[in-house]
Parts: sequence; structure tokens; C-alpha cells
Amino acid sequence: MEWGLREELRDCLVAAAPYGGPIALLRNCARREKSPGARPLLDTFSASGLLLASIPWKSGQVVQLGWTASEDLLCIQEDGTVLIYNLFCEFKRHFSMGNEVLQNHVLEAKVFHTEYGTGVAILTGAHRFSLATNIDDLKLRRMPEVPGLQKPPSCWAVLSQDRVTIVLLAVGQDLYLLDNTSCSVVTPPGMSPSAGAYLQMAVSFNYRCLALFTDTGYIWMGLATLKEKLCEFNSSIRSPPKQMVWCMRPRSRQRAVVMAWDRQLMVVGNSTECIQFVLDEDSYLVPELDGVRILSRTSHEFLHEIPEASQEIFKIASMAPGALLLEAQKEYEKESQKADEYLREIKDQKLLPEAVSQCIEAAGYEHEPETQKSLLRAASFGKCFIDKFPPESFVRMCQDLRVLNAIRDYQIGIPLTFTQYKRLTIEVLLDRLVLRRLYPLAIRICEYLRLSEIQGVSRILAHWACYKVQQKDKSDEEVAYAINQKLGDTPGISYSEIAARAYDCGRPELAIKLLEYEPRSGEQVPLLLKMKRSKLALSKAIESGDTDLVYTVVLHLKNELNRGTFFMTLQNQPVALSLYRQFCKHQERETLKDLYNQDDNHQELGNFHVHSSYSEKRIEGRVGALQNAVDEYYKAKNEFAAKATEDQIKLLRLQRHLQEDFDKPYLDLSLHDTVSTLILDGHHKKAEQLYRDFKIPDKRWVREGSSGCTGVPASRGAQ
Amino acid sequence: MAAHLSSGRVNLTALREEHEVEKMFTLKPGRLPQADVKNIIFFVRPKLELMDIIADNVLREDRGRSPQRDFHILFVPRRSLLCEQWLKEQGVLGSFIHREQYSLDLIPFDGDLLSMESESAFKECYLESDQTSLYHAAKGLMTLQALYGTIPQIFGKGECARHVANMMIRMKREFPGSQNSIFPVFDTLLLLDRNVDLLTPLATQLTYEGLIDEIYGIQNTYVKLPPEKFAPKKQGEGGKDLPTEPKKLQLNSAEELYAEIRDKNFNAVGSVLSKKAKIISAAFEERHHAKTVGEIKQFVSQLPHMQAARSSLANHTSIAELIKDITTSEDFFDNLTVEQEFMSGIDTDKVNNYIEDCIAQKHQLIKILRLVCLQSVCNSGLKQKVLDHYKREILQTYGYEHILTLNNLEKAGLLKPQTSGRNNYPTIRKTLRLWMDDVNEQNPNDISYVYSGYAPLSVRLAQLLARPGWRSIEEVLKMLPGPHFEERQQLPTGLQKKRQHGENRVTLVFFLGGVTYAEIAALRFLSQMEDGGTEYVIATTKLINGTTWIKSLMEKLEPAPF
Repeated sequence: MEWGLREELRDCLVAAAPYGGPIALLRNCARREKSPGARPLLDTFSASGLLLASIPWKSGQVVQLGWTASEDLLCIQEDGTVLIYNLFCEFKRHFSMGNEVLQNHVLEAKVFHTEYGTGVAILTGAHRFSLATNIDDLKLRRMPEVPGLQKPPSCWAVLSQDRVTIVLLAVGQDLYLLDNTSCSVVTPPGMSPSAGAYLQMAVSFNYRCLALFTDTGYIWMGLATLKEKLCEFNSSIRSPPKQMVWCMRPRSRQRAVVMAWDRQLMVVGNSTECIQFVLDEDSYLVPELDGVRILSRTSHEFLHEIPEASQEIFKIASMAPGALLLEAQKEYEKESQKADEYLREIKDQKLLPEAVSQCIEAAGYEHEPETQKSLLRAASFGKCFIDKFPPESFVRMCQDLRVLNAIRDYQIGIPLTFTQYKRLTIEVLLDRLVLRRLYPLAIRICEYLRLSEIQGVSRILAHWACYKVQQKDKSDEEVAYAINQKLGDTPGISYSEIAARAYDCGRPELAIKLLEYEPRSGEQVPLLLKMKRSKLALSKAIESGDTDLVYTVVLHLKNELNRGTFFMTLQNQPVALSLYRQFCKHQERETLKDLYNQDDNHQELGNFHVHSSYSEKRIEGRVGALQNAVDEYYKAKNEFAAKATEDQIKLLRLQRHLQEDFDKPYLDLSLHDTVSTLILDGHHKKAEQLYRDFKIPDKRWVREGSSGCTGVPASRGAQ
Repeated sequence: MAAHLSSGRVNLTALREEHEVEKMFTLKPGRLPQADVKNIIFFVRPKLELMDIIADNVLREDRGRSPQRDFHILFVPRRSLLCEQWLKEQGVLGSFIHREQYSLDLIPFDGDLLSMESESAFKECYLESDQTSLYHAAKGLMTLQALYGTIPQIFGKGECARHVANMMIRMKREFPGSQNSIFPVFDTLLLLDRNVDLLTPLATQLTYEGLIDEIYGIQNTYVKLPPEKFAPKKQGEGGKDLPTEPKKLQLNSAEELYAEIRDKNFNAVGSVLSKKAKIISAAFEERHHAKTVGEIKQFVSQLPHMQAARSSLANHTSIAELIKDITTSEDFFDNLTVEQEFMSGIDTDKVNNYIEDCIAQKHQLIKILRLVCLQSVCNSGLKQKVLDHYKREILQTYGYEHILTLNNLEKAGLLKPQTSGRNNYPTIRKTLRLWMDDVNEQNPNDISYVYSGYAPLSVRLAQLLARPGWRSIEEVLKMLPGPHFEERQQLPTGLQKKRQHGENRVTLVFFLGGVTYAEIAALRFLSQMEDGGTEYVIATTKLINGTTWIKSLMEKLEPAPF
């Protein structure tokens, strides 16, 4: 380990993230009472012990540290506040576990991971449990009370069963299960009656298995559902282990529990015997998917079950096909004829494909590049003697190992095993490299694995750029230039996202410069609005052609600017103006009039008045509106419309008289229908007066006259 | 689950079956109808008027009812910030659990026909300068290209076409990463503005399908017909139970007979129908000749198909009879004569007697407007005196409220005073051969058969683009409104087509602002021409005819009762 710690691990709060993740240490916290002046130090290290960051701890008393699934550091304080820091000890945000926790304080806390994300479980001073299953979507759950609980439970754990998170706790010789609504007493099957009180419990990485340690040194191992016992063991050590964790491989039947006391490490499983190791110094166990990491001041080890393929090949005097193939290849290099003998032996049993697969698989489990190479060489050698052995598995393994060896380097410090790597996926691994700001390595891995640009390189470059804008020592020009140089037109890069980050860092000028590089004008708009560059936003929105976006900006401007300036701005943007007119037509007709007034559009004003005249409830109102229209039409030099509207007014007035005189509805009949009705009703004089007043063409007059005389008005026929 | 639909047609049958949709309602203000469902989904176009209705629906929802109903909103074709903002201001945005979009831009209507079904596209683009529908069109074309490959050549004519092409090029630049690796299906995209060819929709369509649409109106491939002709003919009943519900029929190329006759000139439909009738009755006669069991079995196996053919024939014979009643009427003939006179350039510059008579008899206003607009377009605008006369006649006869409609038609360029003093139409007509005197309706050799003499300008442009190219008609193109242009979209070398001899090019013709059935028929005719060398697929903002088109431009003013 690189870290060169002076303190003992037992004096520190330790948290190490799974999947070869980083380690956080809070030092001096134990000595706080002795010398209150000295502030504790919060450090983060890579798994190889390289210091990532170090800050003096200035907040309250920390009870527990933990890592989230996305490698953020959680610091759970005594008052129930949880502070979230990133890998580099930069504060991100905080949240509270609720009032109850604040009042009663945190006694113990655990950070756990389920399919919902990272959760936090709290045991308060009032011996109540509070849970949050996903800290990114915080929903606090207060678990039901345990009846008669007077002192804190001796041990407890969080279980996840059927997508429900529950708490298992032990008080003396009793086990309680707390779910959302109830508390029930449970007894593990096959538990020896003389086992005694529970001191320690451990849940496996996948929540499938549970181990219980009692004060008689008895260990019960079984399924976490408490429906089946797997095995038991009597350690005859009566003091509780400092840590107890499961050590097992996915899909393996060999399950074991590792326990650590001060100077002793014990592995017990389905066997009457156990394996014991001596610990030279304080150690800390980190449960992993396929084993246990053991941290100490000077070393960092990995304890795991040897996978079957490796056992077969490296077992002493093994005759497994893989072992023979490895031997054959070694002899071949020595140019010995024994190579042929070994090869024949495998081929005779028709096991060559299996031998090759075994060697490939075993190579994956090896950490030493030399051993990996010799196994791969053997596989490659064996491949030559098989027709059509599909090459994918071999190629894939070579690539994976190259990536794994690169990240396991102590300067990178992510000691992933092959199994963990496959579970984690390459995408997540790239994210983690990005989080550690190891951009060049991440890009090289993308290029090496030929990942698509959008998934790989451009995403990483975008992250890099977001980091770059935070560097305050460089001028806006320099940063913008540097970013554009590196990113260019790489597909899938969102300059607006980078610009948004720059704006959040208080660099609006830089943000605008970066936005210039954004090809999607639609993307520029929201940020420009946020930065109060509304006019620029408007022209970008128009450029995009997306009318919805234009509307959004226009309505934004409407609220932001005073009316005069708002109209002026629209005046310069005809597209926005016509859209706004549409909006007004439906929602604010009065504004429409102002808009037309502003650009002296008398024709439209005339139309506007005609339109509104039809919503007038009284005839005087109608006439008034129409008169306005006449004035506007004259101003627009539209003689025809003005005259026609004047005629309309004249007709309306006349119709009112007719209606009064003849007590018959005349209003809103057309001129033609008015005349026809008059003729039909025998008011020929009146009809003739209309004919003269409105200059009805002779041709139609004759027709109307005739149709009127025959008593079949054309108008009725057509209706 | 219950779904709410707004204007615009979406085929929800599939969704309905998959997700157990209980009921479907059309959107209307007020309280939502009772339905014992948990989820209510609104399918809507992103329009503010509709948002008001939805807000009203949600606000009137009974809060006390149990179980509470969940609301979801699905915008077609795109989510709109404006609408969501609007809902928020009405205080109902929070009531929607899901707000999603259903990116349905182009709806397939037939094997070679796509429509956006955006009724007001023409009005929005040309009267209101609202180019929303063009944005949707560009998006739709991008989706089409994502599915069928980048279209290497884009041609266009008109302002809107230019705008759509610009947006497509911009959208392509915005996503440089999405390099399309699909072998292109289309060789050419032709974008045409409706206002380049205002004439065609005004004329009465004379194809079978066109006439059905002109007379009865085809809505979303369905037509409603008067039921009398479809009464089941049974002896003894003597027609006492005549159906009163209109007969609803679906019309598309899946029906063999319809596929054959839909694009024919109506005058050629009769002979096809009688020939079909003979074939079918001959086929039914076969049964008397069937001797062996095997022969009978074979006959029976063909029976369903024959029966379907027979009922299809019966339907179309009835429809043809209905149409014939109208096309043989005097008024139809007079109207057509006037139309044809205008299109062939006779007496377009003076007031037309027939139109005057129709106004005096107060024929339907839309008919008058179609004729007057047709005359105006065929004369590159009317003399001020003539125009004013028509307008005065219309206002006096149909009411002064139509002044706004006339104003709209003028703004759209359908009705205008002749400004330049020169009439370009004769030049255009001659150069593009828009009027063909020797039209053959039975066995056409030119697209002019769809209007019995007039070759639709829009389709002529498409035809000349394919051969010999637009360079030959440069002068005429300049006379038509808006720019014409050509854009090329670079294809990766691997995807460039190596044309086999005799292989057809495929051109997608996109009509911005609507297309008529007759134009579609003309393009299908070109596709089928033996030496044509080009196949056409048609896309549009909306399927229109002169009546629906003019209607969309009319201002509906209802006087408030005094």
C-alpha cells in the first residue's frame, strides 16, 4: 500500500467501496475528545493507497462512512444529516434522515446497495430504525417499533428480499424481522438450542445468505430467507469477531464465512475444519462479489475461492485437459517431443476444445500477466489443432485482460477481478475512470475496444470538457479554444451541456463562447434564456425552425420585457411576430389590435374591427365597430372594402327599420335575401328603393324580380 | 383505460387491443363522460385551443370519486413546451402523470401515399406565416430517411419547399453522428408548394376517386354514401325497409376492383365495370359445368373470393350510378364547360355570364368562390373592375360577413387584381402543355385525362423534372412563385446506387399544403407508364379537394343575435 499511514486502522473510520473501489478514512476522530483543537482529517485513497484528496473535517460528529454505487462518499453524522462528497472530497449535497433521527441521534448506521440504488439505514438512540432505500430518490421509511426493546440490539443487518428492504436484528437470544408494517420474531431452522446469544451477523453480497455468530462461538450459516440451514461450525472463540463477511463466488456451491479478530482471520464453511490465518496488523475486510478484500496499513490482499478452471489446471499432478495442454505447450517451446505425447493424450479423449476453453477461462482469473500469457499461449497452441474453433472467446479474453491489467496498475488502482469486471460492465468501468478524471486512459480503452463514438470517446470528452471549464486559472478564451480544439465536431458532443456547466461555475462569458460551437440551435435556447440572453435565444429558436421553441422564447420575453421593448424586439423578427399574432388571435385579441396599430397595418385593423363587430351584442355596438373598420379601410386606401362596409352599415340600419315596420326578422339577411323577402311580401316599393340605393346590377335585379314574382325565390331554393 | 382523441386521425385499434382500452371519446369541453376506468389518456395535437378543453375536462373532474382517475397526455406528433406551459398556467399540469409524445408525422394511407392530416397547413403557412406544419414535415422526412435511407437529391419549388429543405439540411448537420447506413430507397425528393399550383385543386376532378371525393367527400379513406342505392334487393319486401343510415365504405387499393378503377377517368369506369360483371357471372356459371367432385371442390374454394368480388362490383356499380346522376346533370356540365374554358384560356378577362347567373340563383358560395378563383388564377389575376364586380355581387348576395373570406383568398393569392398588367398563364399553359385538346379518356396517353383536358401543373412539373429536367423550363419556373432549387445529400460511397438497366428511379413527391386525388392519379399514371422510368410515392400535409381547401380558408363569422 502506498498510503504510509501513521495511525492504526482501528483509530480511523474506514469505508471501502466494492468493485475495487476507493477507500475513505476519517482520521483522528477517536482522539477528538482528548484534543478538541485538532480537526479530524478526511482522506480518500485509491485501492492501491494513492491519495486522491484530503480535507480537514469541519462538520459534525461522523458516525459512519459509506460509498454509493456511483462512488460518491456518504458521511452520516450523529444528527442524521448525510453529506455527500465526490471522490475528490468535493461537497456535492446533503440530506437529512428526518426529525426523529435529529432528536434521538444516530447510534449506528449502515450503507447498503440494492437494485434500487444506494440506501442508508439508521438505528437511532431511541432504538428505532429509519431507512431510505434510494438516496437519489429520497423516501424515508420509519420501521415499526420492536416491542420491549430497552437496549440497542447486539447486531443487525439490512436484507433485501423480493424487492423489499427489511431489517433483521438480534437482541440476546431473539431474532426480530422488521418489515414496513410489522415486527415478527423468527428462529433460524436447525439452530442449536444451546447456541446462546447472537453477537454478530453477516449478509452475503447478493443478499442470498446469512451467517450468525453467537456467544458460544457457534456459527449458523443459511439462507437469508431463514428457511434453510446450509451448515454450522463451532469456532470455540467466545469474543465476537470485529468483522464477519461472506466469501463466495457467484454460482459456486462452496460458501464460506470469513471472520476477523484482532490478530486472527478464520475461514469456515461446509466442513468440520477451518482455515486460519495470522494477521500481522490491524485489518479491514471489504466484501466483494467473488471474495473478500483485506486491507491493512501495509498491504491489500484478495481472498477468494479458487475457480474450478484454475484448480483443474494448477492442482498438483492434475490430468485435466487444460493442465495437459499447458504442459504440452511448455514442452513445445522446449522443442521436446513430449509436446506431441501430451497433445495426443488430450486428442485421444477428444477433449481438446475443452482444454482450450479451460486455459482461456483460467487466464481470466490470473492477476500476474506472465501467468495469463502462458495460459493464453497454451490456448492459442491448442487452437491450432482444432478445426474451426470459434476465435471470439480467445480474442475477447485477450482484450479484457489488457483492459484489466491497465486498470489494475497501482497508479490507476482499480483491482477488479474478471468476474467483477464482467458484472460491472465496460460502460460503468468507463464511468468510474471518468470520475477519477483518468480521461486519457478511458479514451484509449474506448479506442482499443472500438466502442462507438457516441457511447465512448465523445462522452468522455464531454466529461473532460465539463471538468475543464471548472479550471479557474485559465481565461475564457483559452478554455473555449482548448475545448474546441480537442472536441471539434466529434459526434454526440453536446456543447450546450458543457456551456451549462460553465454557467453553473459562474462563467457566463465562457458559456456563450462554448454555445457558439453548438450546432443544434434548439439546444442553445434553454441555457440562453437562463442566462438572460433572451434576444439571442429568440434568434437561435427561429433558426431551429421549431415553432414551439419560438413560442417559448416569445412568452418568456413577454414576461421579461416591458411592452414597448417586447414589441420592438418582435418587430425585428417577423417569424416570431407572426407566431405571436396567432397566439393573440386565440388568447388575447386586444393585444392583436395593438400589434397592428404599431405597424400601421390598417387593412388588418379594418379586418379586426369587422371581426369584433360580430361579437357585439347590440346593433349600435355592431355599427360602431363597423364604422371603425370603415375608417381603417380608408386609411389602408382600400376603397372597395370601405365602401362595402359602409353599405353594410346602411343595410343594417335599413333592416332595423324594416324589422320594426313589418314586424318580421330582416336583420342579418344578405342584401339579396332582403330584397327577395321584400318582393315576396309585396313591398315592391321598398325593394325598388334598395335596388337604387345599393346599385344592384340590372341583370340580377331582373332575376330577383322575376323569381320574386313567380313566388319561388332563388334564395330559398338554394338553401 | 379510456382514451381521448382530438382532431386528427390516429389508428388506435392496435393500441386498443394491446392495452385493453375500454372506451374512446372525442375531446369536448365539459365534464368527462362516465367510465369505470383508472387511466385516461388524452391524444392531442399540440394546440392551445385543445389545451383549454383538456384543462376544462380535468378541472371538472370529480375529486371525490373513488378510485381517483389518473390522467396522461400524449401529444401527436410532438410535445410542446408552449402547451405544457399553458396547462401549467391553468393549474392542471400536475394532474398529468405522464406527458409523452407520439411522433406520428406521416400517416400511411395507401401503399404509395402518406399524409400528415394537418387540415390547416395551407392556411397556417400562407395566411398566418405559421410554419409549424413545415417543421413537422421536415421532422417526418427525417424519420422517413432514418428508415429508408438518405435521399441523395432534393428538388423543390416554392418558399415553403425551400424552408423545409433548409430545415432538413440543418437537422442533418445537427446530428452528424447518425450517419445513415441504410441503402436509399428513394432517389429523389421533390418538394412542391401548393401555391406554385393554385389552379389544380380548383378544377373539378374527373377521375373516379376524385369524383367520389368531390361529391361525397372521402374522410380518412372512408366515404359515406346515401343508402338508397345499397338497399338489399330481396324479393317480396318491396323496399319497405329502406336503410336510413348512410352507407360507410372503406376505399383503398386493398380492394382489387377499386385499385383498378380509382384512377381512371370516370368515363372509362363504366366499361370496366360491365366487363367485370361479365367475368364474374361467367365465373359463377362455371358451377354448372363442374362435373367431378374435384371440380366442385375447386369451385367452392374460389367461392369466397368470387363473392367478395361480386359485392365489391355491386358497391362500385351503385356508386357509379350515383355519380352518373350528377355528372349528367345540366348544371354539372355547364360548370365543367366554364372551368374548361378558363383553363384553356377562353374569356378569362371579363365577367363570366355563368358565374353571374349562379350568384343570382344563389348557388353554393363555395362553388362560386372556386370558379372566381379559377378564373383569377387562369388570368394571372383579374382586372380591378372585374374583381370588384364579383366581390360586390358575392357580398350583396351572400352577406357582407364574407368580406373577410374574400380578404383571405386575396392574401393566399387565389383571388387577386392583375398587377403587372401581363397575363403569364398562356405562356405557362403552352410551355407546360397544360391544355391538351386530344385527350383520350379510355386509354390515356397523357396525365391530362384526369381533368379531361387539363394536365395538372404540379404533376407536369414532376414529370418534366424526371425528363428532360427543369433546365428546359427555366423561364416558366421563374414565372411561378417562390424559388426553385436543387440540393444534394452526400452518400457514403458504399451506398451509392449502381443503376441496373431498366430499373426505375423512385421519387418522393411532397405536396406542402395539400394534394388532390386527381393529382395522385396522374402521378400513379406516370409510375405505370412503360417508358416512364420513374416511380412516384406521394406525401402531403393533407388530402384536399377544391371544396375542403376553400373551406379551410373561409372565415366563419356568426353574427351574435340581437
